[in-house]
Amino acid sequence: MLAHAIFFYFFSFVAIISAIMVTASKNTVHSVFFLILDFISISCLFIMIGAEFLGMIMLIVYVGAVAVLFLFVVMMLNVAQQKNQWFKSSETSTHIPVGLIVSLIIFFELIIVIGGWKYKPDIIKNFSDSLISNSTNTHTIGSVLYTEYIHLFQISGMILLVAMIGAIVLTFRKREGVKRQNYFSQISREKKQGVELVEVKSNEGIKIDV
Amino acid sequence: MFEVSLGHYLTLGAIIFTIGIIGIFLNRKNVIVILMSIELILLAVNINLVSFSIFLQDLSGQIFTLFILTVAAAEAAIGLAIIVVYYRNAGTIRVEEIENLKG
Repeated sequence: MLAHAIFFYFFSFVAIISAIMVTASKNTVHSVFFLILDFISISCLFIMIGAEFLGMIMLIVYVGAVAVLFLFVVMMLNVAQQKNQWFKSSETSTHIPVGLIVSLIIFFELIIVIGGWKYKPDIIKNFSDSLISNSTNTHTIGSVLYTEYIHLFQISGMILLVAMIGAIVLTFRKREGVKRQNYFSQISREKKQGVELVEVKSNEGIKIDV
Repeated sequence: MFEVSLGHYLTLGAIIFTIGIIGIFLNRKNVIVILMSIELILLAVNINLVSFSIFLQDLSGQIFTLFILTVAAAEAAIGLAIIVVYYRNAGTIRVEEIENLKG
């Protein structure tokens, strides 16, 4: 139990420090790297608490896909040198106290909710005992995800499809002077448009009009 | 102190949520950092769902964490595409200079 507590405090300390550094670091690339560190430590927490499948999926989806997407966009947009230090802004900064006040209020509200929260002791018996079974975490998630939540699963697939098509449509642009293959005109081309048979008289040659 | 309970995880989620909100409010330079703060907020929500799911012995929290993960990935893709298009049109993504709507 002591080792569990030590690892919990270590990973949550790393997560909080890197979350602060995401918002406070000067360089955007460093922010993305601290975001990756944050995701990794939170996924270690998930694996530690007993949700191994979600921890691994967090590593794959966030670190492998989303963070790399952020890195690519930062690389393409040339914004790495734009400083974003909010704590040293020289101009009239009326938004800093307002933002601090609002976020502190939200934080204390959350802490009050956590401190005063208490559930009825018989609430655990009302749930399905899906976690108590002997099979692994991945097995139980799979047995529930494809049966009870199949509609939500397919709808999330549709959401991903819409996101992919939307991103392509948004960033697509037509450039002038780029030759593209036109499949329709390529397929619908006929023989007499391409080849012409000419009867050539002897000793006269032929004149090709282009 | 050494017994890690549900409250510890919820407090961690609350702290990360607040850091995300602070990042949205106080960052005036770069839209990409705002998107990263939104990712932090979604991460805090995921922490809450997973810890409730483990400590209450109910699997639905982890299932919904999967769906939140999906929506977060879609949102990041769309948001970054919008940022790329805006940068191409306006030449900047500094928050102070995005004032087309005069808001």
